Amino acid sequence: MICFEQVTFRYSEDGPTVLRDLNLEIPAGELVLLLGATGSGKTTFLRAINGLVPHFTGGHLTGNISVNGRSTRVNHPRELADLVGFVPQDPVSGFVTDLVEDELAYSMECLGIDPPVMRRRVEEILDLLGLTELRNRPLHTLSGGQQQRVAIGSVLTAQPEVLVLDEPTSALDPGAAEEVLAALHRLVHDLGVTVVLAEHRLERVMQYCDSILLLENGSVQSGSPSELMQTSSIAPPVIHLGRLAGWDPLPISIRDARRVAPPLRALLANHSPRIQAVPTHSPRIAEIRKVQCAFGKKIVLRGVDLDLDAGEITALMGRNGAGKSTLLRTLVGLKDQTKGTIHINGVDPHTLSAKDLLRHVGFVPQEPHDLFESLSVAAECKSSDTDAGCPPGTTRALLALMAPDVQDGTHPRDLSEGQQMLLALCLIVAAKPPLLLLDEPTRGLDYPTKKKLGEVLRGLATSGHSILLATHDVELVAELATRVVIMGDGEIVANGPTQSVVTGSPMFAPQVSKVLAPDHWITVEQIAQALNRELA
Amino acid sequence: MTPRWLHPGAWWLWSLCLAAAASQTTNPLLLSLLICAAVIVVAARKPDAPWGKSFEFFLFLGAMIITIRVLFQIVFGASLGTTVLFELPGLSFPEWMSGLQLGGSVTLEALLGAFYDGLRLATIAIVIGAANSLASPTRLLKAVPTALYELGVSIVVALTFVPQLTTDAGRIREMRRLRGRSSQGIKGFASLGLPVLAGALDRSIILAESMDSRGYGRHQKETTWGRRLSISLVLASLSLALIGVYSLLTAGTSAVVALLIVFAGLLLGGVTMWRAGRTRVRTVYRPDIWTLPEWLVSIAGVAVLGIFLTARISSDQALILRPELSAWPSLPLWGLLAFGIACTPAISAPHPPAFDIDTNEPFSSEAFR
Repeated sequence: MICFEQVTFRYSEDGPTVLRDLNLEIPAGELVLLLGATGSGKTTFLRAINGLVPHFTGGHLTGNISVNGRSTRVNHPRELADLVGFVPQDPVSGFVTDLVEDELAYSMECLGIDPPVMRRRVEEILDLLGLTELRNRPLHTLSGGQQQRVAIGSVLTAQPEVLVLDEPTSALDPGAAEEVLAALHRLVHDLGVTVVLAEHRLERVMQYCDSILLLENGSVQSGSPSELMQTSSIAPPVIHLGRLAGWDPLPISIRDARRVAPPLRALLANHSPRIQAVPTHSPRIAEIRKVQCAFGKKIVLRGVDLDLDAGEITALMGRNGAGKSTLLRTLVGLKDQTKGTIHINGVDPHTLSAKDLLRHVGFVPQEPHDLFESLSVAAECKSSDTDAGCPPGTTRALLALMAPDVQDGTHPRDLSEGQQMLLALCLIVAAKPPLLLLDEPTRGLDYPTKKKLGEVLRGLATSGHSILLATHDVELVAELATRVVIMGDGEIVANGPTQSVVTGSPMFAPQVSKVLAPDHWITVEQIAQALNRELA
Repeated sequence: MTPRWLHPGAWWLWSLCLAAAASQTTNPLLLSLLICAAVIVVAARKPDAPWGKSFEFFLFLGAMIITIRVLFQIVFGASLGTTVLFELPGLSFPEWMSGLQLGGSVTLEALLGAFYDGLRLATIAIVIGAANSLASPTRLLKAVPTALYELGVSIVVALTFVPQLTTDAGRIREMRRLRGRSSQGIKGFASLGLPVLAGALDRSIILAESMDSRGYGRHQKETTWGRRLSISLVLASLSLALIGVYSLLTAGTSAVVALLIVFAGLLLGGVTMWRAGRTRVRTVYRPDIWTLPEWLVSIAGVAVLGIFLTARISSDQALILRPELSAWPSLPLWGLLAFGIACTPAISAPHPPAFDIDTNEPFSSEAFR
């Protein structure tokens, strides 16, 4: 279906080669998962399939890419619209219309499909993706998962034979991600659509895919999941667990792993998981009492009570729209609470001037590049020293510690997503705010970068910061957090040590705990420690 | 009436007629009534959707227009009338520099004149803002004839660009606060420029990519020459219509000649669209229907404009108000009638559909402040 013949691509004549001499064929009806570290060219690869690369980006492409015999060399993306459906990373900025139904019909309108056919197809897609209730809604009122499904539906109505998705679940909570993946699974099975998708959260998608393409240094390796996962450095926890336990063949899904788990279970029976040390008697950093918050008539926070101590890493979880971001924004004084009190080191953040605010609470937003204003990393660090009132060079030294490979002269927006996150963190941490808030810090980060970020955050907690992070990433929470707070509909529904909260809820349980339930193991590391084995 | 979206064309017709009516007068009472009508209708029929929240911005814009107009009058204006309010240190340029005057004595008459003039412009901005928040610009696009579709897309993208810029600016200001900087003052304001522009550029590229990969602009069956002819015809008809409307709205040309030019333009436009429509492949999904409520709303607009035009043709003195202190602006009976008619869409239009909002972060109107 999709055919790459000796494809080599560079963004500029003398720039680095992004794709190197690729030769591969993706057969019709497969669900293919594209893997690779951050910056390995996954997005470039995906966009090359419908010709956005190089028609839109420019660059130097040699070789030939064809879809169903139609080459991107002579066909613009618009000419391939009936053949390839492309869903970009951020569906919202790709929306063309305002309403769900109109968005679904847009591709068909452009293709000039007859109105009666359009009516029928829209109804079919509404049913297929479970969007019937939402048909008349403005797109901006939908939740993240619903928006993602509309984005998928809007390209499906043109009945493409190939569907290309760039990180379709990275912004979604576990439940919404399941919905989207289930919909994709149905497409592959019922309609025979060929799906190519890139995703960092392997734990979510691995079990659905037929084959894997592994991008490394511009070249690609393809194979079945169990084959490639034997050696891949990019792997979800269940694979690491399988390698540790020496399972063969390597189980890919939780279900397979549970079936071969009894011996491991017996082995672990006499051990108990080493739990991350929770600091005791550490000073209280923040006190949140009965905080209420509303957007217009809609109440988003209903009486939230929460205490945060120094040295803690607290994970804030809950579905999209549960009030996590609003709570963070209220804590940093960007949103006023309608009722209740917030004290951070005894002060209400809303009363503080911008300068003092940074000395009490720091916030790293979901899109870290929003924080950047300068044209180079060095300048950004310098201005941060002034903002934080610390001796010149402090921020740069901090950055060198966290991300040694970042160059001074680079434009902040040109950094990889992981590096941007670390730079943003440095800019905020330079002022040493006792309370540090992070919104969805691992979105778009690969496993090694996530690990790095985890180490950095743990170091900050040890040095006395209290960290509160809102996240959908259950694996990150299992490895990092000392405490988990789950929010639902603006209220706190669970608040306790990580071990007990995540193992008690199927939605927020990490893979290891799903495999070994009802025992309370949550990370591969715990098991390795218990068995005294080295992690591969 | 069951809630549904009114045809956006009806809202735009209504508001453009009100804007044209406003351009006919400087009588502050009539202008205020038109603003009131817009506010009443928007309050009654505003949808709970992102575009519905842009009205506040237009009210703010109106206030800005008046303020700037009055300030300019104070600084640059020639003094009219005799009631001197206060003296500013003045500077008169000699005759060979076109007799420009800065400052000097500020009279009540000059100020009132500037205020009324600004109010007229503000009214036009506000009634157009009303249409902008009552009907989504992208929905209007569905009603645009295929021949004008590409042109329409550029206008709509531009229309949605401005509210987006204000939300971006709001977000970036928040981010500055997070970094411990204040965004007050001119320096703070200036520093918003670069990030806002970068964000806007990023977004328009993503939108263009998304439209292209979904088939926008494909299969043009027309030849190059055919397309050139179409564009020239469109431009010719638009220019004719504009010249006609301009001469209709300004004094000097006879109304009959102006109307004839408008009709010629419209006719040429119709031919162009029919010609170009044949060669496009675009189809429209569930075109908006035009039934009784649409008729009522658009007739209300046309009627208001009709009343104002009749008053102008019969040279009604209530339309033109020379700022004289002795004369409190008069409110003719027909003005009240026009106000009543302008307000009828608040009842005759159906309610827009209502919904629960699931997302955490609805479009924030805080950015406007």
